[in-house]
Amino acid sequence: MNVSVLLTGVGGQGILLAAKIIALAAKEAGWSVCSNETHGMAQRGGSVRAQIKFGDAAHSPLIMEGGADVLAALEHIEALRCAHYLKRGGLAVVSAQSLVPVTVSSGAAEYPGDVPERLARVFPRLVYRDYAADAAGLGDARLANTIMVGVLSAEIKQIPYETWRRAVELSVKKDFAERNLAAFDFGRGL
Amino acid sequence: MGAEIEEPASVTLLSGNEAIAHSAYASGVGTAFGYPGTPSTEILEELVKFSPLGVYCEWSPNEKVALEAAAGASVAGARSLVTMKLVGLNVAADPLMTLSYTGVCGGLVIVVADDPGQDSSQTEQDTRHYARLAKVPVLEPGNAEEAYDFTAEAFEISERYRCPVILRTTTCVSHSRGLVRERKSPRAANAVAFERNVEQFVPLPVWGRKLRVKVEERLDAQAADAARSALNRVIGAQDSRLGIISHGVTAYHCAEVIPEAAVLKTGWGFPFPDELFISFARGKDRLIVVEEGDPILEEHVKSLGLACEGKGLVPRCGEITPSVIYGVKRRIFPERELPELPAPPPEAQGLPSRPPMLCPGCPHRGMFYALTHFDVVVCGDIGCYSLGVFPPLNRTDTILCMGAGFTMAHGMQKAGEKRPVVGIVGDSTFFHSGITGLLDVVYNKGISTLIVADNRITAMTGHQEHPGTGITLMGEATKQASIEAVARACGIDRIRVCSPYDQKGFTEALREELAAEEPSLIISRAPCPLHVKRRLGPVRMILQDVCKGCGACLKCGCPAIELTGGKKPKINPVACMGCSLCSGICRFGAIVPVQEDVQRR
Repeated sequence: MNVSVLLTGVGGQGILLAAKIIALAAKEAGWSVCSNETHGMAQRGGSVRAQIKFGDAAHSPLIMEGGADVLAALEHIEALRCAHYLKRGGLAVVSAQSLVPVTVSSGAAEYPGDVPERLARVFPRLVYRDYAADAAGLGDARLANTIMVGVLSAEIKQIPYETWRRAVELSVKKDFAERNLAAFDFGRGL
Repeated sequence: MGAEIEEPASVTLLSGNEAIAHSAYASGVGTAFGYPGTPSTEILEELVKFSPLGVYCEWSPNEKVALEAAAGASVAGARSLVTMKLVGLNVAADPLMTLSYTGVCGGLVIVVADDPGQDSSQTEQDTRHYARLAKVPVLEPGNAEEAYDFTAEAFEISERYRCPVILRTTTCVSHSRGLVRERKSPRAANAVAFERNVEQFVPLPVWGRKLRVKVEERLDAQAADAARSALNRVIGAQDSRLGIISHGVTAYHCAEVIPEAAVLKTGWGFPFPDELFISFARGKDRLIVVEEGDPILEEHVKSLGLACEGKGLVPRCGEITPSVIYGVKRRIFPERELPELPAPPPEAQGLPSRPPMLCPGCPHRGMFYALTHFDVVVCGDIGCYSLGVFPPLNRTDTILCMGAGFTMAHGMQKAGEKRPVVGIVGDSTFFHSGITGLLDVVYNKGISTLIVADNRITAMTGHQEHPGTGITLMGEATKQASIEAVARACGIDRIRVCSPYDQKGFTEALREELAAEEPSLIISRAPCPLHVKRRLGPVRMILQDVCKGCGACLKCGCPAIELTGGKKPKINPVACMGCSLCSGICRFGAIVPVQEDVQRR
């Protein structure tokens, strides 16, 4: 048994931290785990992807098209871009956030106006909600990634609740632990 | 995450790069040298955390310097680590070739991070060719756990044979995390005491010829060693009559996508473990070599008289991902009629792309924008400022390699190019390999206009110090090399330091220097705002009643200026760094600090 999780978003949204929390939670739960991250030029406003595989024996860190059990996106057109990586029947967790790329802001391309409709057509199992707004409500817009991890934790039942919390605590700086744990619990309770 | 060193636990979750650093420390490394380059950078950034425990770490000015310094440390006895990206080994190739002859004392491991798929590199060169050319072993870990174990083994092999060893990772290995079993206590560092041995360390022809013979003897012994090494092992269906020979992480992809095959995973692929290839091929109905990069194993296996397939089935270019291997599987078993992998749905067609770009507030933007006023040829270089090639700036015409911004400009000017020629290098690139090019321009009476895009840090790779910043990798204050003093010493008389945020001043300086009949240097100086982590001034806004919708501000390509509806752009206050470049560009005075607008109301 292996579980594959694909995370996507835009550089600066905290995708790599979310991936680290999930991988660490899987490790602490006693699973074999591997994960992969995009670095390099992605940090200059490009699309970012991270993938985590855990289970009895996880060897290749890369997920094939149609291979992800769960797809989570902090930006909604990035979810569309990765849609074909999700398994048939897999869950998509998507934040209703638009980050306008420079190709659009400069007038060279158009940002689609019908993203919610497209998402509904592509993902039969869709959780769609503005986690950035939720995070702002909690007092820090940067917590959207941790809220999303909380949402995912309710779907990924192979890892116990207390293990998730420990992974969150271990992955962030001490001063930020409390608010990240609160964001995680908020997401898990949604 | 934290900067503290954790107690060595039994199992930790590490990236490939972190694993190499931890293993080097556990292996008693004494000194470490490198130059930043994706995907290798994080190795020294992790290892330097162990510097309080006695590991010396430095960013060297370039990879050649790094390897030479490591050679010195090693012949004096210390175990030494060198790190670089693939193209860095081109720069360090000269010392590598001779170091293979003269050899080492303390183990010397050169980590070279290849970049299949060219995620962030100008070429896709396969470092295994260098191992063959230099006649040194190359080890290829396939995940973080192997990165840890192979690093330790690389130091052992290096000392056993007294030769440098290349540890080749790829982007997927360097940037993937996995579970690593770490040593509880580190091996003690070697004693350092250089012993004179000119027949070993001075390759004058009289001794070099003898060393040359020894290298061949060493290769034979290493090939036999590699054939028995635990670094080479069979994974997957051990008894299958379908055999795959692979390497690195590609072998793991193969085992996952083609579980019915026996996969010989070569972790020590050169010198070639011939006996292993021959014994593995025995009893196989079909043998396929699945290589990422060039067909190095394939051609060698064929030369042994073993029938095999390879690049006829596997693409020559790009990263060999599980998806690519699935395509190989469909070609291996056409009779199975395996379905194609899912393609992007129609809903994902025509989505706007997210190209990398200069950040809001980036000082390079002002430099390139000023250049748009002139009909010149711009020879650029490697760094964040490579992005000046993209629209709407379009102000870079050539890029070759580190340092070539200056030298290509010089050659083009000497060849008689009619337009003025501008050469650009970054500050870190200036110290890496820009100085010799500048010398060439002065010495040979060139008249190019040279620009150093000086943002006071090695930015593209994530903000590493360099000789011009006055701080070492170990965080100590040091002498700060002066670009203008170096240029003056080389003989440039016309040197100006300009702020790229001051468009008027910068453009005027360019006008004068482009007209000069002698070489000139403009230092475009402003620190990377991402590094200093502060806004440069008050956030700007566009007064919609004053704006004429001419679109001039959009031509500087700042991602904070958005045109999402109508003709008049707006500034995203979250993204704006307050650099004021756009205020200077607007002829109608429509772009003002947010504060000022509030006051006017």
